[in-house]
Amino acid sequence: MKASRLQTVLIPLLLSAIGAVLFWAFWSGVTGHEGERLAALALARVPESGASNPVTSVLLNFRAYDTLMELAVLLAALLGIWSLGPAAAPYQPAALLLNSLVSWVVPMLIIAGGYLLWIGGQAPGGAFQAGALLGAAGVTLALSGRPNAGLPDESWLRVLAALGTLVFVLIGLTLMFLGLGFLTYPPALAKALILTIETGATLSIGATLAAAFLGGQPRATRTAEP
Amino acid sequence: MFDPLALAVALPLLGALLVTMLPGWSRALGMLTALATTVVALWLTVTVWGGASLHSDLGGWGVPLGIALRADGLAAALVAMANLVALAISINATGYFGTAESSRKFWPLWLLLWSALNGLFLAADLFNLYVMLELLGLSAAALGALTGTREAAEANLRYLLVGLLGSMTYLLGVALLYTAYGTLDLEQVAASLTPGPVALSALALMVGGLLLKAALFPLHFWLPPAHANAPAPVSAALSALVVKAAIYLVLRLWLDLFDGIVTEAAGMLLGLLGAGAVLWGSWRALRAERLKLLAAYSTVAQVGYLFMFLPLLTATPDGPERERLLTALVLLALTHGFAKAGFFLAAGLVQKSTGHDRIRELGGAAQSLPAATFTLGLAGVALIGLPPSGTFFAKWVLVGQAIALGQWWWALVVMAGTLLAAAYVFRVLARAFNREPTPKCFLTDPRTEIPALLLAALSALGVGLAAQPIAVLLGAGD
Amino acid sequence: MSHEILITQLLYGGAGLLFFLLGVWSFISHEPLWRKLIALNIMGAGVFHVLVAVAYRGLDAPPDPVPHALVLTGIVVAVSATALALAFGRRLDREDSERTPEVQGVDDREDGTHV
Repeated sequence: MKASRLQTVLIPLLLSAIGAVLFWAFWSGVTGHEGERLAALALARVPESGASNPVTSVLLNFRAYDTLMELAVLLAALLGIWSLGPAAAPYQPAALLLNSLVSWVVPMLIIAGGYLLWIGGQAPGGAFQAGALLGAAGVTLALSGRPNAGLPDESWLRVLAALGTLVFVLIGLTLMFLGLGFLTYPPALAKALILTIETGATLSIGATLAAAFLGGQPRATRTAEP
Repeated sequence: MFDPLALAVALPLLGALLVTMLPGWSRALGMLTALATTVVALWLTVTVWGGASLHSDLGGWGVPLGIALRADGLAAALVAMANLVALAISINATGYFGTAESSRKFWPLWLLLWSALNGLFLAADLFNLYVMLELLGLSAAALGALTGTREAAEANLRYLLVGLLGSMTYLLGVALLYTAYGTLDLEQVAASLTPGPVALSALALMVGGLLLKAALFPLHFWLPPAHANAPAPVSAALSALVVKAAIYLVLRLWLDLFDGIVTEAAGMLLGLLGAGAVLWGSWRALRAERLKLLAAYSTVAQVGYLFMFLPLLTATPDGPERERLLTALVLLALTHGFAKAGFFLAAGLVQKSTGHDRIRELGGAAQSLPAATFTLGLAGVALIGLPPSGTFFAKWVLVGQAIALGQWWWALVVMAGTLLAAAYVFRVLARAFNREPTPKCFLTDPRTEIPALLLAALSALGVGLAAQPIAVLLGAGD
Repeated sequence: MSHEILITQLLYGGAGLLFFLLGVWSFISHEPLWRKLIALNIMGAGVFHVLVAVAYRGLDAPPDPVPHALVLTGIVVAVSATALALAFGRRLDREDSERTPEVQGVDDREDGTHV
């Protein structure tokens, strides 16, 4: 009893002290800097990057290596989820009203995803936002009782989940073998390469998020439903 | 036009993607990737050993806008060890998992983990390190749970959560450094870092987060259950490599990034925690009832030795003494990597063929599994620190420098730890040899035994005798 | 640097630090998995908040794109980690419900909309 009361007093006190130090550090970090950091450098080189949206330039070109490894993290999570057991049983098939709503919402989500993917080159948007919408379409399908969230069977799902990262790493390696360096895009091709990578990434992210929502290794398509 | 730095990360990643897509071919594709990656890693190490530290600007933008990869002597030494151990683990895994369903689950996650390891050792960007840490943590936790038991799932969930706490803390430190210095490149931040609230907070956040992952006493609570309940090849990778990666990062931050910020008091604190780890880990290893739990607690102890070098490194001025100390530290890390991997692989074989790994009931293992027992013995030589293992040399330097600096108490801890290590190793061997001999052939399952045996032999004989080339390698990167 | 930018950065960055510490507090003082996971995500949100605050350069200048990209990367990583941890939790729950006979047959969907 005593220990827990001590905890309830001591931990907040300690954390407040840490918070004060951190705020002091943040204060001196913000005031001690001229306020440019990498912004001016990054913005100046956006025109060479193949995308006019600066965030896309950073994600898919300046720091493309981070993005590649981040897709690998997403894949590792999905493989981990699959290794822990089978997916949950599907939800009850939706009734008429929800069903017709779903058949209207899902295509809209897919179209919106495609739009976000395309617009990402010039304005806020891009592969992750688009992939999240595709994933949401899958989640909607799963909630309305479609087995496997409208995803293909396991062997094709594996291809779909790895596709984005595969396209990305193959482009990186090809450019290296051509003598340009790993993930070093030639300026003339940068726009096309970024769009290719983003398209693959969108599909993989969407499929991975929806598959992760199912929470386990996909079940064989159920033909004999009760 | 080959870039060994990018290849060391991209090849295992490519392999992981291929085995994800073609699970039926996972064993063949996995082994092919393992071989190719090891060749690239050794080539990288030999290049650095030849005197050229490697540098690569990914994307061609250069720092600070782009991300760089770098390999100096320290990175190259660890890459060589990690890839040799990983190759041995891969060969062992082809026998351990066979073609069963678990083999399909093992290979893609294992290759992702391998990619993360190489990426961590070679990274030169503070945020990229965060991504690599997460890839390492996620794939390691998923691999550790492959045994499918409840204990394994519970232990690895805890490991995952602790790891996430550590990486979030690390990331806040990186955010503070970016706020104050406007760059994420490790060398650039190091060059402009000045003592003050930002440097101190970042040091505490980043090193603190990594200590959770490095399982330094008393933050080691998650390690023994996670490592003892994983499948044997995974235990070997977790204990020999994954923990080493976190320690490598602490060392990298301590020596390169926060050089000039760290104080002797901070070093002393980590050294004392290390001493606690040596004593507590060795004691618990001695009391452990199961072989794999013994090995896991022995890892806690060995992590402690590595941290006991920090106060001495901080107190020793630049010069030949400091270089000797650093060489000894690396030698200890490499030896432990080989020895612990060999130990866990042999323990896995014992567990598989006897159906358990209770030390009390190991009787006669030496007769029925001579190669596995020999491996345990050889790895034990390295864990205790008998000559000519690298541990012997490392402890010798550690004790010598501690006495030279007047910090004699570290020498006492080393001696106590060594005695305890001898006790826990001989406890296993004494049990294994206590039945009448029944003649059998030396090797029972070559595919799982030979990699373990080679690793243990390397740890007991190879690394110590190679101290001189390793010192050259470490000097090469500067 | 103008006063307005400084105040904004400190306000939002300070809020981020507060989030981070609240997350730490919640992580160490609550046992259930889902509370720890929410705590970790709040910590993450705090760090991302700090990064976004640092990226702000006033209403007239475009923000620094680098921290924005880091935050996007960080979000995907955090989502992945959360998903894996939840799968671990589901795996443990499933075993619990199989072990205790009185709750056998109760599935892991809370709303019971289960085939």
